[in-house]
Amino acid sequence: MYKSLAEAIRDAEGSGRTLSQTALDMESADQGRTVEDIRSVLARALGIMRGAVEQGMVGDLYSASGLVGGDAAKLRTGPPGPLAGTPFRDVLARALAVQEVNAAMGVIVAAPTAGGAGVLPAVLTGLAASKGFSDDKLVDALAAAGLIGAVIAERASLSGAEGGCQAETGAGAAMAAGSATEMLGGTPSQAGHAIALTLQGMLGLVCDPLGGLVELPCVFRNATGSAIALAGIEMALAGVTFAIPVDEVIDVMGEIGREMDVRYRETAGGGLAATPTGRRLARERLYQIKRGG
Amino acid sequence: MVSLLDIIGPVMVGPSSSHTAGACRLGLLGRGLVSGTPEKAVLELHGSFARTGEGHGTDKALAAGLLGFKPDDERIRTALEIAEREGLDYRFEKAALGEEAHPNTVRMTLDHGDVHATLTGSSLGAGRILVTEIDGFPVEVTGSFHTIVMVAEDIPGSIARITGILAEHRINIATLRLTRKQRGGDAFIVIECDEPPGEGVRDEVRALSWVRWARRLDKVSGQ
Repeated sequence: MYKSLAEAIRDAEGSGRTLSQTALDMESADQGRTVEDIRSVLARALGIMRGAVEQGMVGDLYSASGLVGGDAAKLRTGPPGPLAGTPFRDVLARALAVQEVNAAMGVIVAAPTAGGAGVLPAVLTGLAASKGFSDDKLVDALAAAGLIGAVIAERASLSGAEGGCQAETGAGAAMAAGSATEMLGGTPSQAGHAIALTLQGMLGLVCDPLGGLVELPCVFRNATGSAIALAGIEMALAGVTFAIPVDEVIDVMGEIGREMDVRYRETAGGGLAATPTGRRLARERLYQIKRGG
Repeated sequence: MVSLLDIIGPVMVGPSSSHTAGACRLGLLGRGLVSGTPEKAVLELHGSFARTGEGHGTDKALAAGLLGFKPDDERIRTALEIAEREGLDYRFEKAALGEEAHPNTVRMTLDHGDVHATLTGSSLGAGRILVTEIDGFPVEVTGSFHTIVMVAEDIPGSIARITGILAEHRINIATLRLTRKQRGGDAFIVIECDEPPGEGVRDEVRALSWVRWARRLDKVSGQ
């Protein structure tokens, strides 16, 4: 797989292909599998993603600690805000839905990770629904997202324990932004700018879950991460460019992650987890989990 | 080499790809190492595995892997109860495995029948794993291939003989590593294969007088 997005974008534009096609061709060559076979695995992932969105929208799932759940349904049926009826609100609801399923030990697709699994399905299925796009387009988008995630894994990290939340929801948002930009008709270069514009907005984000559980703030970070991805997509499609090349933005994400104090890397030693209320809730709720609910 | 299908996946039971899915895969490799569900398992948890494992279901996922459940198996939620029913006597301990160890690391000591083995492995994020130690030998096993691990006497021609057997069975080798603690001591051989080696390969390898033991670790990653 590619280790540089600049290289992938050059290859794609040099041969008149999309990033998705470039990703599928490279994966096919790397793994000795047909493009059709790879697409069928991605189609299964798409089905699981859709299932998680639907399951989470119902609003009857709660996490082991009871700290999260039911909020996706509020966005679906609750009072309107300024963005009611727009794809923006729908994407937020979908991101919460997938993460609520995840926190309840339901089945999701870890793309790139379980903690950051809400952003990609929310942005892709939400925008595709608003445009009436086919599943084929979504499968293509997942291939491009996989390429973007693979480059981030290679150059930086996809682990909150290594690189903070920027490496999980940040990477998820970058994958969503690049793949959706192309799905919506953007060029590979525009997809690159969407990734850079999105990831710059996620830099430095710490991983600070209460009690170390993938619940709070993770569920909400997937919604706000989706919002940043939508901002990156909107700007890139409007022709906005980002002066720092996308690979360098990814590299610096990795560097910031390595420099991040261990308290901010999934250990529940800092950030929201270490606030007075964060500590109290973790104490009470973890006790509840040990007692079996 | 990262595969894009590793990124768009795995399909898994939540809540954490490193603490739940990765832990389950490490358990599956442990199970492969002792060729079945162990009767006894001591699991030493290091770093973030120790600190936040319980809330992430790391304990359930490791036990699920030892029981042979895959990361998308909803039985992970009740794996500890199932382990007790199926005679898997498990014990979790918090351990400091050193500064060098990855934050999400587990060291397993497993007993199944007369097979005793140790395995140290880490969950690298996004469900990717790396086994770094088996029975005291340093190794690198990713679980992305069908893997053969064996201990053999350190004699000339051993690799040629083993790769010959694999060639006869039309098994392609992805990686091959040989390590030894000292010259003339036992050699530890790890072979990652594209195709799953069958019972024929196993029987031929085990029949070699200078092979002390050989085991197959099934591929646990990839879709």
